[in-house]
Amino acid sequence: MKELKVLAVVVFFTLVTYWGVEPYAHSVMHKHVEGHDFKYPDLKMPAGIKGNPENGKALAAACVGCHSIKSQNMPAPMDPVAASGAYGVNPPDLSNAGAIYSEKFLFDLMKNPAHAMKVEHKFKTKPHPMPPMAGDDQSAADLVAYFKSIAPKEVTPKEAYESACGRCHEMRYAKWTQIGEVPKTKMDIKTRTDIEALKFQEKLATYKQNLAKYMGKLPPDLSIIIRARSENFLETFVEDPQSQLPGTAMPRVGLTKEGYELVRKRLEEVGDPSKPKREKVGPIVLAYFAVFAFLAYLWYKSQWKDLK
Amino acid sequence: MAHFDPNARPFSHQWLNERLAIDTLKRVLSTEYWIPKNINFLWAMGMILAATFGILLISGIFLLMYYLPDTKQAFDSVNYTIMSEVGYGWLWRHMHGVAASVVFLIIYIHMFTGIYYGSYKRGRELIWLSGMLLFVTFSAEAFSGYMLPWGQMSYWAGMVITNLFSLGSLDLQGLVEWIRGDYVPGQAFLGRFFMLHVLLMPLIIMALIVLHFGTLRIPHVNNQDGEEIDFEAEAEKWKAGKRKESKVIPFNPVFLSKDVFVMGVYFIFYFYLVFYHFEFAMDPVNFDPADPLKTPPHIYPEWYFLWSYEILRPFPKDPGLIAFGFAQVIFFLLPFLDRSPNVAPASRRKPFRCWFWILLVDMIVLTIMGKLPPEGIYTTIGTVAAWVFILLWVALPFITKMEKPIRGAK
Repeated sequence: MKELKVLAVVVFFTLVTYWGVEPYAHSVMHKHVEGHDFKYPDLKMPAGIKGNPENGKALAAACVGCHSIKSQNMPAPMDPVAASGAYGVNPPDLSNAGAIYSEKFLFDLMKNPAHAMKVEHKFKTKPHPMPPMAGDDQSAADLVAYFKSIAPKEVTPKEAYESACGRCHEMRYAKWTQIGEVPKTKMDIKTRTDIEALKFQEKLATYKQNLAKYMGKLPPDLSIIIRARSENFLETFVEDPQSQLPGTAMPRVGLTKEGYELVRKRLEEVGDPSKPKREKVGPIVLAYFAVFAFLAYLWYKSQWKDLK
Repeated sequence: MAHFDPNARPFSHQWLNERLAIDTLKRVLSTEYWIPKNINFLWAMGMILAATFGILLISGIFLLMYYLPDTKQAFDSVNYTIMSEVGYGWLWRHMHGVAASVVFLIIYIHMFTGIYYGSYKRGRELIWLSGMLLFVTFSAEAFSGYMLPWGQMSYWAGMVITNLFSLGSLDLQGLVEWIRGDYVPGQAFLGRFFMLHVLLMPLIIMALIVLHFGTLRIPHVNNQDGEEIDFEAEAEKWKAGKRKESKVIPFNPVFLSKDVFVMGVYFIFYFYLVFYHFEFAMDPVNFDPADPLKTPPHIYPEWYFLWSYEILRPFPKDPGLIAFGFAQVIFFLLPFLDRSPNVAPASRRKPFRCWFWILLVDMIVLTIMGKLPPEGIYTTIGTVAAWVFILLWVALPFITKMEKPIRGAK
């Protein structure tokens, strides 16, 4: 039929244009990086070595000089702002480290933090704020075993984000700042001033200044990064920031595949909250217009039946 | 004075007829507005454009209730308030964004249909010209709307496009600043483009749509063979009940029934994009907030401006601007550059047939090259395609002059 031929021509040229300006152009503009499924092939853990969590627990006493392990009732020695003044960034709480970070990564981290995090280019002349915690393979394995032994079975996407990303990256659409959630405060009715909120903002500003000094610039807010970057970029960038942005100050965070999946989920629920609704409403709307088009077809046929 | 029956019940048919001539209006605009029978679904693109404009208008009204034209709040009012807090705000936004992109696809199909079938020829020049005015105002509407989310691409596209007004070596920085209301895009810039997008441009577009419909009424719609139809005679046949013999059909309900069917199919396509494939219409770069200190590595306009952008890009500054200006106005001149009296589909007009397909392919090539980074082979292809575009239009009067008259065309 002639009309179908015309339609085929229109569809063909439309698809060629689409292919050129979308998949093809983007494949040229953004280099494709092959990921390694968060397996970290560059990191090695000696075979046959078995960590002892009891020994690890003893060794971890050194960790809490800087870090908190809240699940084991070990508080942070400093508040986040003071810690950022001392180290550049607030050291993470280690309660769920064994749950979301790769074993190989943690093992390497105990021995050489800058190497594990792939930021050696930043620390050529000065030491990394985290000193090596284990001199030998066995103590490194013991520490890893300890963190795995205290790791919670379930980590929520929100917790994973806060541990792995949240001390550098704000998420204002989820009211998250680098020093925690924005507290609920009240305005004083007489002066129309909310002093508590201002105090929090001052603390946050100080933290951000320290962080920006440490990182070179303030790391971006990740509220809708899920829509600003492709899936491939986010995944390979988190797995190895250097692969996408050579020389970047962002450390490799060493998430496991499951850990990254949690973080991605958090980015999605904050940055693209309509996804579940879209998936629910979409089929209904399409079905409506399928019925609409069918009824319109019947009308068209009835109007045109005796015209030719 | 006209006769008003004192006994007519208010708002009854008679009462309205005496005051509004509703029967006449209905006849002239609908039941006796004659359309040729010999058409295909491409003749429904006008109605599809009207429907898409309706979608843009309605979704735009909903978005306008929450959008804040303030450089500090615009980004979050779109990406947080509308996307997360407003019930179905995400739906209105995705419908608006996708419709803004798809409307240009349909405009281009509509334009190339007109070019292919010679629907801009003697008697129909004003249809073409008013349509081209709509194309230009839709472009301004699209560009001003693209500024509003105040993302990286809004900011930098705004910077690049307003810079064009320095007119190359004339270096009219004063003019650029006058347009921006500042040295760089800022609050004054955003406020102006907001006004253009939600008030001035839609007003002009609506007026032009009325004009476009008006220009169509007397010359009537063209048909698949470019045949000159005696609409009065054919209409008499139809009214005499000779539905088969008559070459025309009434707009309502016969033509409309097909339009509505094509629209139904179109809506399936459109809502598929809205729900499952909206990324193409919402550039990822624009989900980074505007940052005057950080230029994105690739700045490109939306896909529908790429072909003219690519005509600007491969040349040095001044010739590039001239070529860009040429590309913006040349389509207006089509009815006057085509010197052939033949009103027929391009397939029956020998040299013009080649001209049409080369133009179409060339504009697609320009579109794709306009998005690609200007390096290596892409620059070469882009330059050649830009020259082909210019030469095609220079050649048009000559090749159409050579055309042999067909079917007794005068």
